[in-house]
Amino acid sequence: MSELVNPTVNTRPIALEIENLVVGVGKSGTGKKIIDGISLQVRQGETLCVVGESGSGKSVTSLSTMGLLPRDSLKAIGGSIKLVGEDVLQASDRRLRELRATTMAMIFQEPMTALNPVVPVGKQIDEVLRTHTSLGASARRARILDMMEQVRLPDVKRIFASYPHRLSGGQRQRIMIAMALVLEPKLLIADEPTTALDVTTQAQILKLMRDLQKDHGTAVLFITHDMGVVADIADRVAVMRNGRLVETGALKDILSAPTQDYTRNLLSSVPSLIPRAAREEAGFNPVVLEANELGKVYRERSMFGKPREVHAAQDVTLTLRKGRTLGIVGESGSGKSTVARCIVRLIDPTSGGIRLAGREISDLSRHALQPHRKKIQIVFQDPYRSLNPRITIGESICEGPINFGTKHSVAMARARELLELVGLPPDAVSRYPHQFSGGQRQRIAIARALALDPEVLVADEAVSALDVSVQAQVLRLLDDIQTRLGIAILFITHDLRVAAQICDDVAVMQHGRVVEQGPAAEVLANPQQPYTRQLLDAAPGRGWDFANFRAVDGSTTVPAA
Amino acid sequence: MLGYLIRRILAAIPVMGVVALFVFLLLRLTPGDPAAIIAGDNATAEQLDRIRTQLGLNEPLYTQFFSWVWRLLHGDFGTSLISNVPVLQMVNQRIEPSLSIALSVMLVSILVAIPLGVIAAWKHGTWIDRFVMALSVIGFSVPVFVIGYVLVQVFAIELRWFPVQGFRSISRGFGPFFERITLPTVALSFVYVALIARMTRAAMLGVLGEDYVRTARAKGINESGVLFRHALRNAAVPVITVIGTGFALLISGVVVTESVFNLPGIGRLTVDAVLARDFPVIQAMILLTSGVYVGVNLLIDLAYALLDPRIRY
Repeated sequence: MSELVNPTVNTRPIALEIENLVVGVGKSGTGKKIIDGISLQVRQGETLCVVGESGSGKSVTSLSTMGLLPRDSLKAIGGSIKLVGEDVLQASDRRLRELRATTMAMIFQEPMTALNPVVPVGKQIDEVLRTHTSLGASARRARILDMMEQVRLPDVKRIFASYPHRLSGGQRQRIMIAMALVLEPKLLIADEPTTALDVTTQAQILKLMRDLQKDHGTAVLFITHDMGVVADIADRVAVMRNGRLVETGALKDILSAPTQDYTRNLLSSVPSLIPRAAREEAGFNPVVLEANELGKVYRERSMFGKPREVHAAQDVTLTLRKGRTLGIVGESGSGKSTVARCIVRLIDPTSGGIRLAGREISDLSRHALQPHRKKIQIVFQDPYRSLNPRITIGESICEGPINFGTKHSVAMARARELLELVGLPPDAVSRYPHQFSGGQRQRIAIARALALDPEVLVADEAVSALDVSVQAQVLRLLDDIQTRLGIAILFITHDLRVAAQICDDVAVMQHGRVVEQGPAAEVLANPQQPYTRQLLDAAPGRGWDFANFRAVDGSTTVPAA
Repeated sequence: MLGYLIRRILAAIPVMGVVALFVFLLLRLTPGDPAAIIAGDNATAEQLDRIRTQLGLNEPLYTQFFSWVWRLLHGDFGTSLISNVPVLQMVNQRIEPSLSIALSVMLVSILVAIPLGVIAAWKHGTWIDRFVMALSVIGFSVPVFVIGYVLVQVFAIELRWFPVQGFRSISRGFGPFFERITLPTVALSFVYVALIARMTRAAMLGVLGEDYVRTARAKGINESGVLFRHALRNAAVPVITVIGTGFALLISGVVVTESVFNLPGIGRLTVDAVLARDFPVIQAMILLTSGVYVGVNLLIDLAYALLDPRIRY
């Protein structure tokens, strides 16, 4: 590692050299240029992070290197990609297949879907060895078990024979890493390998990758949109935008002294982990939402034996006042979405109470609940799936008010106003969801929720699917709406940075229970519970204050480099 | 896995029970006197009385049902009202042609259609894909009797390679058996090839876009390994469903084909029974058909579990 302290003097051989790569749309690549003149270099033992927002072309660059571009829609039409000196763009299909897994390997974003669900994982790793080596069955098995131990999987013999659905997301990603590194490739391409994982798992996987790189001297091309991850793993950084390279340099230089405006903006958009100053509460704000010892139990009936019970939420007590934002933070499976859905009564709680604007709603029948529905509205995570693609934006927004008796013309006029409020042109009413970007769709989803003049807005991971710059805009929008309309927001997120910037109070959930609760500034700056501390410690890039281009408190996590 | 299998089998029992009840009531709840329905318009009072006693119609309904089920379980399906032959014996005589044709059609269709569907999906959007899809449209749209008569005209009458019609049991030699089932198998296979190829293509297209297929390619596996080892097994569930239901359809009778090639199969037995209002035979055919469907569905469920570990719970 010592020769990497100053990455500029890494004089090891170059593993990957991309020069002037151009990738065009279409079978012959003559359409729009998705990649336009990218040049990159990765040396042995070095990690180059390629960062950029969606559509910047970072994944296309990596797929070009692997020769995995979809044949009928994208083609590399210029430049070269030299893998240890050999141009893979000129290589035959057969040669490319030989190079994959032996000289270059790749791991992907979604460990849940990247493994074949109907083949045991050991056999999937074995396939690499059977394809590329002439080892006997027992030698292959020994090598796989060794590799599985290197990626720190427990009980490797059992996992060897397990199917993917039996493993957790982190375990599956370890399997992918084992599969990629089993033949000691010179180059490892990691395309957002930790994006789908919880923070604590992410921290473990990043550490694992660093350790393995040290042992094997692999060159790593690491693609990510997350500046925190960049700060934790990169030696050098390349920033991409719209298929071009914006700038490239050593990690410290990029984070502390970016030369390009785009990089500056990107870094400024990263929410800080340091909680914002607590907002003054003006007078006595009435409580609009209360959850009282809320519980949700799922029972799985079995023909033989006792039914299995899963406590998705237990004894959850929350209070939300008018004009305030309460965050529920936690990892996947902690029960935060279950709580949100119980509160909105999309699912029925099994115990406890919910008071909405002073009225108990947990035991109301579907019918009796109907008039209360308008007081609480929800915005979901995935703006691509939460709007009906066959219905115009205007109709989507109007549907709620019309159900509550508003005249169509009045509702449509209101829809136009709301679209303006969320920063979209009023004539968007007659357009369809596919005509908008993810950030715009999320604004539409917010407008739809606001159409009923709710007292409480529930945002269930509402900014998690968005790029940081768009995320920052949507967060500002929510803040702005709250100030103007005095709405209360229940904000569900796994992202502590976002929570630190938008919440007045936070509740930290684990295994269906609230483990710590209080003002955001206290809980996130001075956590009392070990689990909260663990979450904060695992947050990537905690050594950097990105927006101010400086390292903070060097005594905690030192950036890898 | 074993628990899953047992649950599936146990779940089949009530289904068959409901079918039996329906078949039983079919005759008893038809307006009018069942005996009169069976005997026809010109029956004498004496004949009606004999039928009533024979069917136990003077007993309470539930007694009738349970004694009927009891007899079924002992292989007594009654006697044909027309020929006075035991129904079981009639079915036994007719099952071999139907089963032979069904098995050979399925075998041929699977061997032809699955590779066609896989290749069409792999070469999606090219002339190969369009060619396979065009073949499948033709397979769907040309009626089986047209294909049948063309085959007979060309291969039986002009070329004299095969006999024109009829069936010979496999127990009397494979040669004559094979000669006689070839043309009906080919005629019927068209539509099943079309169906299975189309289903395979659609399922493969979905699976080929999956992440694990990209992973397989990233491992450096050759295309046939990607297609057959990784993709096809994941695409198999809907294909198996189509094959299973197609097989059940074939067993329960393909009247047109049986008529074209003059095969003494289940389909014609059913049609004849319906036209003659031979109720015991009709009841037996409904039970047989339902039994085949339940059995095939059981096999399909079993195949799902073998193919996809996530289903074994």
